[in-house]
Amino acid sequence: MSATATYTADEMMAVAAARRLRDGDVCFVGIGLPSLAANLARATHAPGCVLVYESGTIGAKPRSLPLSIGDGELAETADAVVSVPEMFAYWLQGERIDIGFLGAAQIDRHGNLNSTVIGPYDHPKVRLPGGGGAPEIARSVRDVFVMLRQSPRTFVERLDFETSVGDRVRVVVTDLGILEPGTDGELSLTSVHAGVDPEQARSATGWELRVSEGVSETDVPTDTELEALRRLEPRGGGEWAKM
Amino acid sequence: MAEIVSLQSAVAELVSDGDVVALEGFTHLIPHAAGHELIRQGRRDLTLIRMTPDVVYDQLIGAGAAKKLVFSWGGNPGVGSLYRLRDAVENGWPAALELEEHSHAGMAAAYWAGAANLPFGTLRGYSGTDLAARTTVRAITCPFTGEELAAVPAHRPDVGVVHAQVADRSGNVQLWGITGVQKEVVLASARSIVTVEEIVDELEPRPGAIVLPSWTVDAVAAAPRGAHPSYAHGYYERDNDFYVRWADISRDRDAFTAWIDRHVRGTKDVEEYHRLLAEESVAA
Repeated sequence: MSATATYTADEMMAVAAARRLRDGDVCFVGIGLPSLAANLARATHAPGCVLVYESGTIGAKPRSLPLSIGDGELAETADAVVSVPEMFAYWLQGERIDIGFLGAAQIDRHGNLNSTVIGPYDHPKVRLPGGGGAPEIARSVRDVFVMLRQSPRTFVERLDFETSVGDRVRVVVTDLGILEPGTDGELSLTSVHAGVDPEQARSATGWELRVSEGVSETDVPTDTELEALRRLEPRGGGEWAKM
Repeated sequence: MAEIVSLQSAVAELVSDGDVVALEGFTHLIPHAAGHELIRQGRRDLTLIRMTPDVVYDQLIGAGAAKKLVFSWGGNPGVGSLYRLRDAVENGWPAALELEEHSHAGMAAAYWAGAANLPFGTLRGYSGTDLAARTTVRAITCPFTGEELAAVPAHRPDVGVVHAQVADRSGNVQLWGITGVQKEVVLASARSIVTVEEIVDELEPRPGAIVLPSWTVDAVAAAPRGAHPSYAHGYYERDNDFYVRWADISRDRDAFTAWIDRHVRGTKDVEEYHRLLAEESVAA
């Protein structure tokens, strides 16, 4: 454990998510922070983690972070490369994936996500990229991990559009802490990152955020984790969360 | 049998205004040269189908070629927004753009159904989301188990367009690496155009490669580096910097139009386009 190392909020998020992956987990990985987290797990405590990118690469082992989900290195290092219809039918819908990472522009208290539109669908204030793989990832993997920065704009009482359902969301990793669903499915704050007060997380949430009794503090990234992380980052680390 | 022709004549003969056109290539082998040729020839009112309308459709939409977009994820991969797509949807510039929005799984099922000559594709999907109310998907009941599933109408484009590594002189096409939905889009389409890195005397057998027999393709055209800024496995790498630069080029309407005028409308073909890019990178 390092008491002196400095790290970014994104790095804390990647580390917190990576720690939750177990060796051998089969992970459906999107680009950006999820890719960083899954590759970090593979480089540290979970070398047997299987990285699946929706472009069709199964068991990819990139040496540095790809910019897109279809970079050549993913295909070159994969155990198998399959077509896109096969990926979604046999592998995702076939329930062969343990963990699916999702990001979004908005999340509600039940882990439902919006990555489609801000404002009305027909007259959008901001047209977002859309669901992509998310609607089926959210209902086909065993556990959904969500990674996104926490703010009242993102953590909302009511989604502008429901792109994917929250039933299988097991953890939400933010720049402030970690949220997990209770027995009724509502998210509650179970951990805060170093230097964050639970009140800060509550005021960055657009609904009355539950705080778990005995909310803990997330262990800061170790030197080993930070070194592994920085070896993976192609441009020396950056603003992954917005991607 | 595929005819080996120039890309100019393939587009001139096979694509008309108002057609339903699908350019596919999932990150890899994106048919950018063909997209540019559609812009050069001024095609309009196209219904554009594509799972990931990234930079190639941002260019077509901003250049005024599209009236409708059928898609599942519209962003600049690893970078952020597609500003021309957003401007069309949010502000109707240069024209209003109708959207038909699916999930990746739904799009893949629709292409698969089209290739299989079935009226619809089936999947477990869309349920519980707001997408179902906004797109063409219906619930159907499995006649054997009673399970409720989603049905999406098959994609049957007028023209399917893909880029591949090689073709032989008879027009048999071979592609490998990440092959996305390219086989499905060619088989699902009434007509098809394949651009290739090179035309060779004989295809070399490659494990895992897709071969599209000549008689499944209408036109094969050589377009070396025709996937740029996407890549062709075994030929050249993805131009990641271009995708990052595209955000700046495309954010502003005038800057975008100037770029298209110079690099696409102002060049004759993919070779001139690359000559210009090379000159600019030397000058920079």
